[in-house]
Amino acid sequence: MAGLEDLYREIILDHYRSPRHRGQLDTPPAVKAEGFNPLCGDEVVVYLAVDDGVVTDVAIDGQGCSISQSSASMMSAAIKGRSVDEVRALVGSFKQMMSSHETELSGDDDDAPTETADSPDLGDLAALQGVVKFPVRIKCATLSWNTLVHALDEATA
Amino acid sequence: MNDLRNLPGDPLDSVAIRAQFPVLQREIKGHRMAFLDSAASSQKPQRVIDSMSRFYETINANVHRGVYEISEQSTTAVEQARRDIARFIGAADAAEVVFTKNATESLNLVAGSWGRANLGPGDAIVLSMLEHHANIVPWHMLAAEKGFEIRWIPLTDDAQLDLSSLDTLLDGAKLVGVTAASNVTGTLTPVRRIADAAHQAGAVVCVDACQFVPHSRCDVEELGADFLAFSGHKMCGPTGIGVLWGRRTLLEEMPPFLGGGSMIRDVRLDGFTANEIPHKFEAGTPPIAEIIGLGEAVAFLEELGMDNVLAHEQAMSAYAFRTLTERFGERLTIHGPAEPGQRAGVMSFALGDVHPHDVSQILDEHGVAVRAGHHCAKPLMKELGVGATARASWYLYNTPDDVDALADALDATAEFFL
Repeated sequence: MAGLEDLYREIILDHYRSPRHRGQLDTPPAVKAEGFNPLCGDEVVVYLAVDDGVVTDVAIDGQGCSISQSSASMMSAAIKGRSVDEVRALVGSFKQMMSSHETELSGDDDDAPTETADSPDLGDLAALQGVVKFPVRIKCATLSWNTLVHALDEATA
Repeated sequence: MNDLRNLPGDPLDSVAIRAQFPVLQREIKGHRMAFLDSAASSQKPQRVIDSMSRFYETINANVHRGVYEISEQSTTAVEQARRDIARFIGAADAAEVVFTKNATESLNLVAGSWGRANLGPGDAIVLSMLEHHANIVPWHMLAAEKGFEIRWIPLTDDAQLDLSSLDTLLDGAKLVGVTAASNVTGTLTPVRRIADAAHQAGAVVCVDACQFVPHSRCDVEELGADFLAFSGHKMCGPTGIGVLWGRRTLLEEMPPFLGGGSMIRDVRLDGFTANEIPHKFEAGTPPIAEIIGLGEAVAFLEELGMDNVLAHEQAMSAYAFRTLTERFGERLTIHGPAEPGQRAGVMSFALGDVHPHDVSQILDEHGVAVRAGHHCAKPLMKELGVGATARASWYLYNTPDDVDALADALDATAEFFL
């Protein structure tokens, strides 16, 4: 059975208590995208400054649970300074990690892999893998990433 | 389970009542389940489950269709349930009880039929800021189409209705939509006072009684309601069955809501004639087993006595407020009225600044089931100044042991997050 320590890793709680890149950016030049989880009321606002194909700055606003807010904070740390292409690839890796629960749920989920070589690019973000054992909370973890995609689309439109 | 206890002086023997609910006998993650989310959906006693199985096993047939024996028996059972439910809410006329899917559909029926026929540009309706989205969104949808104004009854600091400007709000209004009990704070509202003022102003009164009918004696005449909506699954009945009670004079004038079988008297190539109430509003095959299940739930509740149910819930609220305040002091915020007598058995709360999702996650590890979120009442959340709350709600089968389990699990939550 999945334990709370799988969900609330120390690094997740650290990002929740001390969120990185918290605040707002001027729009324009930055773009802004808002994401809501209609079930629980969580809200994430992503500000993104993109210059010459590179994410030069990012800010996160909004309110929500430890998972949604720490995921947004870890995301902001992971994407700043990276190219738009790299960020899109990271979004892909993260979402793949979050969708892996479907195969695990049909098998023996006690042996679900946590941090493995399957997600080499995710770094600290791999700590969020434990969320897949709590299916209701996956939407909390992916909220900021779905919002980021909207911001990327707008910034590169 | 014989280690459970009742509250001193409680008119209900909740320990014995609890034993009649199969789901409540489950263990969750090694703990006795403390089910504190009845405001979302209540559990069902064995007799309600059995009544539905018995229907399928003995008299399953469509209603108002056949002349053969089991069809007559199923029709009789459905119409008996309608009379029982009418009596339960103080309605003299069973034809005023319309079966729907749930209270949401009931309220959509009022908006889509009465509202569509009676509201237009320049008109106004009044809603309260305590309302569930089900008594807001159907009116927003219709207002976008018809162009009438929606006015709002504001709240006091402790989430009660502020009626100081009621007469101004009612000036020229055609309908007042108000909840009888908040699904977030449990606040019991002064429906009668609002209804009297509304009728004085010429408005009809549509009461969302979802959190009221399961918990309190209900008399539509005493309340002064013109429409009353509630769901079966929150009152020990099954899902998929709701009720709209409406005054005969209003229902008879209203156009049908959904079209199809049962709701017609005659169909021609150039049109149709609608059936009499309540069938005019019951297109298609109804949820027969669910109607019978709700009838059984009503019989169960009547045997317990609704005054006893409310007294039990208010005693539970008093016990919970006392226990949690003693244990957590300033770290715990309870939203809404401080006086248990002003509430049904619903308590929204915050533990420090721990997000409600995280609270409910840790509670779940201890077998304590509460709801976290905005409870489909976003305007109220905004008034409370929060994005979400954790909500514990108790019903006739909850014992003080459930509150103790909540308190212990909150201790663990505080240890983890505070």
